[in-house]
Amino acid sequence: MQVFPCPFCGPRNETEFHFAAEAGKVRPDTTQQIGDADWATYLHAQRNEKGTVREVWMHMTCAELFILERDSVTMDVLGSTALRKDAT
Amino acid sequence: MGAYSAWSVFREGLRGGTGWKQAWRTPTPKKHYDVVIIGGGGHGLATAYYLTKNHNITNVAVIEKGWLGGGNTGRNTTVIRSNYFYPESAALYDLSVRLYEGLSRDLNYNVMFSQRGIALLGHSEHDMEILTRQYNAMRLNGIDAELLSAKQVQERAPILNFSENARHPIHGAVNQPRAGTGRHDAVAWGFARAADRAGVDIIQNCEVQDFIMEGGRCIGVATSKGDIKAGVVGAAVAGHSSVLAAKAGYDLPITSYCLQAFVSEPLKPILDTVVTSPAFGTYVSQSDKGGLVIGGGLDRVPSYGQRGNMPVQETVLAGLVEMMPALAKVKLLRHWGGIVDVTPDSSPIIGPSGVDGIFVNCGWGTGGFKAIPAGGYLLAHLLATGEHHEISKPFDRSRFETGRLVDESAASGIPH
Repeated sequence: MQVFPCPFCGPRNETEFHFAAEAGKVRPDTTQQIGDADWATYLHAQRNEKGTVREVWMHMTCAELFILERDSVTMDVLGSTALRKDAT
Repeated sequence: MGAYSAWSVFREGLRGGTGWKQAWRTPTPKKHYDVVIIGGGGHGLATAYYLTKNHNITNVAVIEKGWLGGGNTGRNTTVIRSNYFYPESAALYDLSVRLYEGLSRDLNYNVMFSQRGIALLGHSEHDMEILTRQYNAMRLNGIDAELLSAKQVQERAPILNFSENARHPIHGAVNQPRAGTGRHDAVAWGFARAADRAGVDIIQNCEVQDFIMEGGRCIGVATSKGDIKAGVVGAAVAGHSSVLAAKAGYDLPITSYCLQAFVSEPLKPILDTVVTSPAFGTYVSQSDKGGLVIGGGLDRVPSYGQRGNMPVQETVLAGLVEMMPALAKVKLLRHWGGIVDVTPDSSPIIGPSGVDGIFVNCGWGTGGFKAIPAGGYLLAHLLATGEHHEISKPFDRSRFETGRLVDESAASGIPH
């Protein structure tokens, strides 16, 4: 069992987490004309890096999405950051 | 180096095996080859072999960063089948099954292809409706298939759980009789030996570090053993396709995941077919040595670490014990993980990479082993002619732009 840190709930079992997507992808502005190639790149292209990665994960028990930084070879967790801005 | 035969085995048995020669050379790389293939796994070695056999191109190098067949070729569950839904997939995977059928003779190397069938289990009336649909699709695609009743499944695999209290009772199955298992290492070694005999240089322990570009075209590779120029480059590096793509400057719609597999201690023969259960997410066959070879779904975390995580192990093995409760006390002998390249439609990418001078054969996901002869055959065709073979055309990377995907996500019954 691996322990992942949820920024809200703290360290929890890996089974409570779900990988969502690579971080940093920006949806193209679909109100403007967008080419097939750009749309395909947005939909399908992945960096799929070996080593340090930044990803969006969900902690399913609290349903919060957050950024998880980890090593895709060793599985070491390097940090987790909330995506939500402070409510205050 | 002579051909292998029953006679040579007998003769070497008499003289203590002293007459066996190395099966392939260990050459120093030349400065230039007509074709350089990156990746000395099954697909890369098969590509080299079919270049020599079908296209008479022998000035070929296969470059491998580790040892032959040390990646996914040596890490799979050796299942060979073509029970797919779409005609494009059936044509592709059945080419592979047909090539496997003649492969031992073709290579003069016993790849131990045992056509013991693969039964995909149905656990409810609704499952049986979907399996009937799959059966019909297979028949329409010209693939052998049979729909089995629960009784027929029980006759073939009495070890399965037919108890009334079964968590997922067995209602029947769809079977592909020509499917089966092979000997994974023998496939890599057989292709390596046959390619080497035809003049191909197989260069192990040689990592491709960069691509040599000239006027926007790739003209060779920079390796840990020096620069090697190439007329054309083929990449068949399952598990590292994106890493290589980043070096060459093309992008791929691939996510790499770990797929785990398990083998049990050797048992007396209890199962002479391959059994897959989508409900449990587990499939199993028994090897000639008696070990149960067990596989399941992917770890749902992108990974390059060749080892799996515990929750998936638990799911797969719990499924096995529900399928065959008699195995509850059986011990595992080994367990391993391989990195598989998964595409959005679970179909491979075969064709031009997007960078001039480089062709790719990747994205086979969890099913690369069964496709080795076809992958090699089709990449060889591309490298030799620069054009798609009719069978590889639908698997060009352009499908992600046109939207004409070949979505086989559900074909094997195991999500991938």
